[in-house]
Amino acid sequence: MSRRQKADRIRHLLATEGDAVFENTTHVNAGRLEANSHRDDIEELRSEARRIKEDAIERLPELVETVRESVEANGGTVYVADDAADANRYITDVVEDRGADAVAKSKSMTSEEIDVNEALEAVGVEVCETDLGEFVIQVADEAPSHLVGPAFHKSTGEIATLFNEQFDPDVPLETATDLTQFARDHVGEQIRDADVGMTGANFVFADSGTIALVTNEGNARKCAVTPDTHVAVAGVEKLIPSVAEFPPFAELIARAAGGQDIATYLSLLSPPVDSPVVDFEKPDEPLDGATDNREFHLVLLDNGRTEMREDEDLRETLYCIRCGACANSCANFQHVGGHAFGGETYTGGIATGWEAGVHGMDRAAEFNDLCTGCSRCVNACPVKIDIPWINTVVRDRLNRGTDQEFDWLVEGLTPDADPGGVDVQKRLFGNFGTLARLGSATAPVSNWLADWGPSRAFLDRVAGVDRRRDLPEFQRETLRDWFASREPLDTAGDADREVVLYPDAYTNYVLVDRGKAAVRTLEALGVDVAVASCHESGRAPLSQGMIATARRNARRVADSLDPYLDDGRDVVVVEPSDLAAFRDEYERLLPANRAERLAEHSYEVLEYVYGLLENGADADALAGGGDVAYHSHCQQRTLGLDVYTEAVLERVGYDVVTSDVECCGMAGSFGYKSQYYELAVDVGGTLRDQFEAEETADREVVASGASCQEQLAGLLARGNRHPVELLAPE
Amino acid sequence: MGTDTVDGFAAALSTADVDCTRTTAADFEAVLDDVVDAPAVGTPLGIDGVSLDDTIVELPPTPRLLDEAETGVTRVHAGIVEYGTFVVQADEAGTEPVSLYPRTHVGVVRASDLYEDVRSVASWLGDEFAAGRDSAVLATGASATADMGELVTGVHGPQTVHAVVLTDR
Ligand code: SF4
Repeated sequence: MSRRQKADRIRHLLATEGDAVFENTTHVNAGRLEANSHRDDIEELRSEARRIKEDAIERLPELVETVRESVEANGGTVYVADDAADANRYITDVVEDRGADAVAKSKSMTSEEIDVNEALEAVGVEVCETDLGEFVIQVADEAPSHLVGPAFHKSTGEIATLFNEQFDPDVPLETATDLTQFARDHVGEQIRDADVGMTGANFVFADSGTIALVTNEGNARKCAVTPDTHVAVAGVEKLIPSVAEFPPFAELIARAAGGQDIATYLSLLSPPVDSPVVDFEKPDEPLDGATDNREFHLVLLDNGRTEMREDEDLRETLYCIRCGACANSCANFQHVGGHAFGGETYTGGIATGWEAGVHGMDRAAEFNDLCTGCSRCVNACPVKIDIPWINTVVRDRLNRGTDQEFDWLVEGLTPDADPGGVDVQKRLFGNFGTLARLGSATAPVSNWLADWGPSRAFLDRVAGVDRRRDLPEFQRETLRDWFASREPLDTAGDADREVVLYPDAYTNYVLVDRGKAAVRTLEALGVDVAVASCHESGRAPLSQGMIATARRNARRVADSLDPYLDDGRDVVVVEPSDLAAFRDEYERLLPANRAERLAEHSYEVLEYVYGLLENGADADALAGGGDVAYHSHCQQRTLGLDVYTEAVLERVGYDVVTSDVECCGMAGSFGYKSQYYELAVDVGGTLRDQFEAEETADREVVASGASCQEQLAGLLARGNRHPVELLAPE
Repeated sequence: MGTDTVDGFAAALSTADVDCTRTTAADFEAVLDDVVDAPAVGTPLGIDGVSLDDTIVELPPTPRLLDEAETGVTRVHAGIVEYGTFVVQADEAGTEPVSLYPRTHVGVVRASDLYEDVRSVASWLGDEFAAGRDSAVLATGASATADMGELVTGVHGPQTVHAVVLTDR
């Protein structure tokens, strides 16, 4: 898809599905945060859940054997299917053997993955989706747009129109209650008439051959126990050892998915179950326990999962419990929804991992770039999957152009320079440091040139830099130049603390004032400051999936900071995304000991100031007082650092209102890209609305991230600064 | 099990919009007839000293009864105090479908079968699984969906749920 086609598609989805998705995700997110706040052990539960999944995936072959034995001992059958065709062949055989012509099916992404409905319909079997969301999608003949809420992108009004057109009821349906009643009755009939019930499985307990179904509607139970034949389709990754491992998932899944403390129904069925078959064709025959004719088939689907398991970076995907929280917490998803953000089957944050693993890189490529790496999903995920890293890895592999389906699985990430195949747009944004150095050296000419119509047209055409976006303005005097030509403040060195300020390209060449303010603030509090040389942290190339370049950047940064660390200096960082790279990503880019030492001694500037004040530094040395509207930064929030900025500002007399949107929408280079510009502005609109609301409209705006500052500059009539600029003494 | 446990269970039930009636074995039949809307269908409770035999509840269930009954009455084999959850085990008598099909589910639970949290009930379930009773549903409140744009209850499952707690059992 060309950039223009991509932009058109996004514009279309923003206009048609954006509002419904925004409303639904906002609602679900609020519920998740609220439900999590009821318990203080969520972090322990997440760690426990992750440990269980890690262990289960490690022991997968053994668990498959165990479940085979236990299901067979119960009287059922296990079939491990290599791929979709294999699974469908088996399932259609079972259905045909039973002479069935109708199947009632409850929601299951795995059965979507194999397109089992099409396979069954091809042999003349009617399939009825019984989950109401799935049913809507089936009637509309669309694809699900969310892992949990398939019809997430539809409003009540749209569903009413759809049902009224399709079913032409005597009294037109209007409200959600009308629609639910109607769907319940319609689908209820289909369940009664079905010869086979099909379900997925959220978990499979190997020991007892139990499938766990997590639902709020009763349809999964009805599908599983009403007809005499039950087929459950599940990815092999759903296996866990036994019911003993179930509690953390029972506690987490509904919270993560929809903000409930616990799902309405957690069905633990070890089929064939003892429940009598309910045969509505013999209405007056007592249910008497004649269950001998029950049949059960567990179809465990591989479809690329074994290879994912062998893959260092994609393995984590298999820990996913498909709760959809990553999608809900994603600012881009909130605005454009799962039809932009998904591949053939899976949508949302983790979709890249799933699609890359089960459908191949091509399917993942289409939407992979929509992940801006903001990292807000990381804390939302109940099994602590590093979703942004999976997106980065897939992007890197796409850059490398290894489109033979499974090459990348064995090739891994070799630390050579990024290949020539990386497109111009990625190269441009991935090497922002070089660009900034040149821009600064030739400022103001470079700035005029960048603003000049023909060069903007050229940039747009060749590199897809959207013309509607103001470009960063390079400063002739860099932060390092300024620092070198000045005397430290008198107070510097009083506190016995020594730091080295790490300036990235933005701080050194563009937003120089925030760097100066950081130096003056630290010196005012008695700290001796040095300024390191300006090397890119690797954040920019990482966001373009250029891992080799990022690794080279990381080495340079570590080389330049190591001598300061040897001297016992702390590292202070102005840009939160750089700190996120030091703390979270460098462990993947540098030898462990180097990464660890740097992570341990690095601080965000306001975090450091907070520490100084807590340890007795004199807050009176800082400027203070006033009303501010503060936008933290997504990675900063993920690291839990926003609170320090708030605390420091309040300590020196500022009244602070903080935005609660996930991301400003700019997200590094994302907002510059012509294919994503409109989405970036739409996402930013939520932030703008908060800062133009009555309570905040007159407040001074501050933001911690460089790209947040740029986005806010574009969105608001008034200017903005970095919080440290509020603190620096005159 | 003390009154605290039953109080906690009742409080959690009420958060889940489930009514709770406390009674003793001696008063059970009278209480049940109050709580149940006819026609009603049920399965044997298997609890000492209480029975559905002399109540308005019809046994054994048939498909027609499942379809037409207003109320389904079953044993609830365990309860989770923290969430007001019913643990209903599947059996050959049809406890699972009776708890699922009619518009109202009335669950009868012994106070001594209440467990504090998911973990303790999971460990009880572990023993039950080992003993061969290895299918159960943990049900909390009425069946619900938000798929039509707002929360609606009673989708493919009961719209109303009612707990009868036997405080002397
Ligand atoms: S990756 Fe995590 S948050 Fe996303 S669907 Fe899977 S389990 Fe849920």
